[in-house]
Amino acid sequence: MVLIRDLAGQGAQMLLVLLLAPLFTGFVRKVKARLLRRQGPPLVQPYRDLARLMRKEVVLAENASWLFRVIPYLVFAATWVAAALVPTFRTDLLFSWSADLIAIIALLGSARFYLALAGLDVGTSFGGIGSSREVMIASLAEPAMIMIVFTLALIAGSTQLSTVAEFMVSPQVGLRVSLGLALIGLILVAIAENGRVPVDNPATHLELTMVHEAMVLEYSGRHLALIELASALKLILYVSLLACLFAPWGIGAAGASLPRLAVAVAVYLGKLAIGGFLLALFEISIAKMRVFRVPEFLGIALMLGLLATLLRFVSGSF
Amino acid sequence: MSRIDFDVAHLLAGTLVLISFLELYQDRLYALLNVYALHALTLAASVAWQAFVQDAPHLYITAAIALLFKAIIIPVALHRIVVRLGIHREIENVVGVGPAMIAGMGLVALSMVVMLRVTEHADPLAREDLAFALSVVLLGLLMMVTRRNAVSQVVGFMSLENGLVLAATGAKGMPLVVEISVAFSILIAFIVIGIFLFRIRERFDTVDVQALDRFRGERR
Repeated sequence: MVLIRDLAGQGAQMLLVLLLAPLFTGFVRKVKARLLRRQGPPLVQPYRDLARLMRKEVVLAENASWLFRVIPYLVFAATWVAAALVPTFRTDLLFSWSADLIAIIALLGSARFYLALAGLDVGTSFGGIGSSREVMIASLAEPAMIMIVFTLALIAGSTQLSTVAEFMVSPQVGLRVSLGLALIGLILVAIAENGRVPVDNPATHLELTMVHEAMVLEYSGRHLALIELASALKLILYVSLLACLFAPWGIGAAGASLPRLAVAVAVYLGKLAIGGFLLALFEISIAKMRVFRVPEFLGIALMLGLLATLLRFVSGSF
Repeated sequence: MSRIDFDVAHLLAGTLVLISFLELYQDRLYALLNVYALHALTLAASVAWQAFVQDAPHLYITAAIALLFKAIIIPVALHRIVVRLGIHREIENVVGVGPAMIAGMGLVALSMVVMLRVTEHADPLAREDLAFALSVVLLGLLMMVTRRNAVSQVVGFMSLENGLVLAATGAKGMPLVVEISVAFSILIAFIVIGIFLFRIRERFDTVDVQALDRFRGERR
């Protein structure tokens, strides 16, 4: 009985993120358009795009290997599992014993590795450029992410997300300098990892600047649909991660009743709306930076993570 | 002292260190001046919070001085100087952003280690505030060393002084007379530097201080 309830909870969480991911992408696009005084596409447009791509036939390059065909499924699966591990509206998930921050980073890292391979597989020059840039960004973002995880683990005493979230709600953690630094660092990493505006523009197909789009240029049909869905899932994953780590208020604790969980879902939706609005506001107020400035941008994130860990190590009370 | 007092004081001091790093990162003069104004604004907030926590009304005057002079008058004046000198292009760093950041990290680590060892028996609020203040001072010095443009060296000097004020307010208040005289001497120094900048420009057609070395007959 307990197992069934736990399974239902975990399943509900997995379905929730999967269903919300395209809506969230559409919401960010809509807010961006409205802030620029355009009408913008309707909120359900990403769903329509996915449905249309699913119906279309797949066009494969002649020299595409079996890897090229398998990778969309691998990328989607890894990203979905990672997104399912982040507590969104309740902390007592069935998989929470494995919901380790490091496991999530590893899942996302392997998804990125496969995608970079796919970019190289067909042998077009765009795919190669996209893969090399993506790997450059990843090799800078991951150390920063690891430092931030160290800081959180030092403060909360665990890398398990549910434990960290419960610790953050408890009154024993106040305003801490190292937490503030980690928050800013994680936001920078999230922007770079998702290819949002100062690092990469998700809406462009200009060959000089694109990173993620260049890698997936050869994909079509249901493969492209899965990759698009995976990148939407990744975006919602990072927003949920930020909400769960730094604003875990209202999240359902272990053994919460059903009405309590309904409130938690509503609070989670509210957090997503705030996060999406802030992301859109940030994106319209900043210009895309040159690719060669990305190392500086991510160097800041790494520095913030280092500084936070340093402060935490040197003095216990920061 | 309650927990939240302590935490907010720390958060403001930590923000000040963070903004010092932001100053090191900026390579355009206008952006640098804006960040400096933010630095001074945070300092004013921090001093005002100390005044509230320590129940020391004279610190409010210090905060007001910081707000008025450092966050408004000096950035606006520097902005005008930059416009009149026509140097709103990029700053030439002596070292790049990356090495400067790493050096800054090292300085912060150094000041933490030194200050926390030395002041082991002091009041914890003052103790960690002092560590942060020393970092801000050292980062200001680093800023002066890594820049060649005289205007950004002035900004480094001013943020160094912000660190001194932070240290002074953390240590249970310094006398108001000292505080006001320091503030005014900084203002005088600023005016002198301002005049100096124009003199350098008149003489050498640049505010790049390496030109001075050349005229002194040193090799580059």
